[in-house]
Amino acid sequence: MSLKLKSLREERGATGASDEVPGGGPAAGGAAEGPAAGRPGRPSAGETAAEETEEKKLSPRGHFGPFGGQFVPETLMPALAELEEAYEEAKRDPAFQEELAALLRSYVGRPTPLYRARRLEERAGGAALFLKREDLNHTGAHKINNALGQALLARRMGKKRVIAETGAGQHGVAVATVAAAFGLECVIYMGEEDMRRQALNVFRMRLLGAEVRPVRSGTATLKEATSEAIRDWVTNVRTTHYIIGSVVGPHPYPTLVADLQSVIGREAREQMLEAWGRLPRAVVACVGGGSNALGIFQAFLGDEGVELVGVEAAGEGIATGRHAASLGAGTPGILHGSLSYVLQDEDGQIRPAHSISAGLDYPGVGPQHAYLKETGRARYVAVTDQEALAAFQALTEAEGIIPALESAHALSYALRLAGELSEQEAVLVNLSGRGDKDVQVVAAALGVRL
Amino acid sequence: MKGAALLAKAFARAAGEGRAALIPYLVAGDPNLEVTGRALLTLAHRGADLLELGIPHSDPLADGPVIQAASTRALAGGVTVDGIFSLLREVTPRLGVPVVLLVYANTVFRRGVERFVREAAAAGAAGLIIPDLPPEEGREYIAAARRAGVATVFLAAPTSTPERLRLVASCSEGFLYCVSVTGVTGERREVPPEALELLRRAREYTRLPLSVGFGLSRPEQVQVVARQADGVIVGSAVVRVLHEAVQAGKEGAAEEAVGSLIEELRAATRK
Repeated sequence: MSLKLKSLREERGATGASDEVPGGGPAAGGAAEGPAAGRPGRPSAGETAAEETEEKKLSPRGHFGPFGGQFVPETLMPALAELEEAYEEAKRDPAFQEELAALLRSYVGRPTPLYRARRLEERAGGAALFLKREDLNHTGAHKINNALGQALLARRMGKKRVIAETGAGQHGVAVATVAAAFGLECVIYMGEEDMRRQALNVFRMRLLGAEVRPVRSGTATLKEATSEAIRDWVTNVRTTHYIIGSVVGPHPYPTLVADLQSVIGREAREQMLEAWGRLPRAVVACVGGGSNALGIFQAFLGDEGVELVGVEAAGEGIATGRHAASLGAGTPGILHGSLSYVLQDEDGQIRPAHSISAGLDYPGVGPQHAYLKETGRARYVAVTDQEALAAFQALTEAEGIIPALESAHALSYALRLAGELSEQEAVLVNLSGRGDKDVQVVAAALGVRL
Repeated sequence: MKGAALLAKAFARAAGEGRAALIPYLVAGDPNLEVTGRALLTLAHRGADLLELGIPHSDPLADGPVIQAASTRALAGGVTVDGIFSLLREVTPRLGVPVVLLVYANTVFRRGVERFVREAAAAGAAGLIIPDLPPEEGREYIAAARRAGVATVFLAAPTSTPERLRLVASCSEGFLYCVSVTGVTGERREVPPEALELLRRAREYTRLPLSVGFGLSRPEQVQVVARQADGVIVGSAVVRVLHEAVQAGKEGAAEEAVGSLIEELRAATRK
């Protein structure tokens, strides 16, 4: 049997990720298809009429340039198509959008405020520092924006059971919360090591009625929890919706989650104009999978003067090999259903990540970030455990705000950057979550016994 | 001979004997490549019609606990793709039955699709199964495999729509891998009714041999499936039996254990 393939470029324009990111500038997905280099699936020329129908179906979906795609077992392919269809319908349905907006106001507490951190500015000595207060959301982080939207989708698709992976526990808590609010059965997969680091969140999820299943394989962190959640989904796909927690996974998840988080940037852009009279010089956000970063970046993609900076976890230092900087120190690879940057060896075995912050402790990153890195629209830096700890303490002492360790990574870089800029400029930081959950980890790192 | 033709011959031979082809699966390098090599020879000589050899991966999304654990052991033992290819080069001439490699997409991608396929062919692999690569993402792979003469085996699942069955069947060579359950690999008590239903549905779209895998471990199950399928894949049970024999530690115990298992299963493949 021979299979003739026609030009990938010709067909790709018609498919791919949504380019209608609400409120965003020119989105980096969809029409912005780049060269096919570096992805499996380059075409050869020629085709026959008889094979054309089958060939059409060989169009890959959900690519950001060379990144993204759907690298999953066949069992899940129909479910991904169902999810994409349900989401496209929901996006066009005013009733869905109204319900989501109403719940974001009355249940989540949006819009979240923009806060100018003047005492922290004095420490940095330079640009104005604005914090987008996602830590003030219900459940304490940006994760609820996505969990709520996907729970509405699950209900729309008639799925009565939801599952999720969680690292720090923030996404797990958000999913358990909306599952309780919507009366959905809920199972959360969490690495055993993370359960130890985030015992408080485990208890919160159980109080909310979720079953928390420990994952013991491999490094027993977010990577394994995600793999196990995908295996559950493969097994229970007919009854279950998988609420993935970041802009990772197979299409349509990276686009779906980015859309649901884009409310952060829409609000923040408007709030900056109101509070500062113009746009910030830079927008800074931490990147594990990258959902809070994309959430705030999207609204600024079209603003050329605004620098977008993603901050990865350098752990004990990039040189030690114990870090989670997939974009900074990884290579293109496939993990959990999409092609992006990953930490891996020469045979494509995924290497364990390390970070003091469980939420950044992931050896992959969302494919749209890989694309933003390649195109140069965003740049990515890394901050060590120690630097993040210092920023954690600085914000706590100077402003009375205890940040999540994840967000402390963004703060650390923002403080450095602000010091290099003038008082006429502003840096906007996504304060993606609050740090109550991290108090024990911080105490241990500071050598304090509670 | 090209991979697809080797596979066709193996299925035809089994069919000619009134049997479904028996396809045992092993994880390469569990616990080391020497044991894998001896186990492959034993399986081939005592009843297997084809062999499926898994290249272990750090994150095997389609696999249940038994194969996950075997993969972890193999990687901990230091197995590499290079090592697996050299083992294949060494044993394939002595097997007398074709070998199909199961490999996760990232291992292929990381090496370079073209290079991986070429090296697999040179090592003697007749076909490739990439469980996390749907045809949509497989253009370059399919083209490279056609050039190298390696059969591309895609998977059909109980959830596959008619359109998708047509797609995976049209992109497959050698045989179509029919996943018996919505789920991951691992031994199960019964033959899921959806397995037989999938066979009926898949038959409408292809004349390729249909092989059923996932969840089949016991002769009774093999017997039920063999009546309607052209091939029966047994994975976790073989991996488990081999591991237990290696644990027991007696010289030759591993070969004896997989040898008797394969004979017992082979007897159940009669139509």
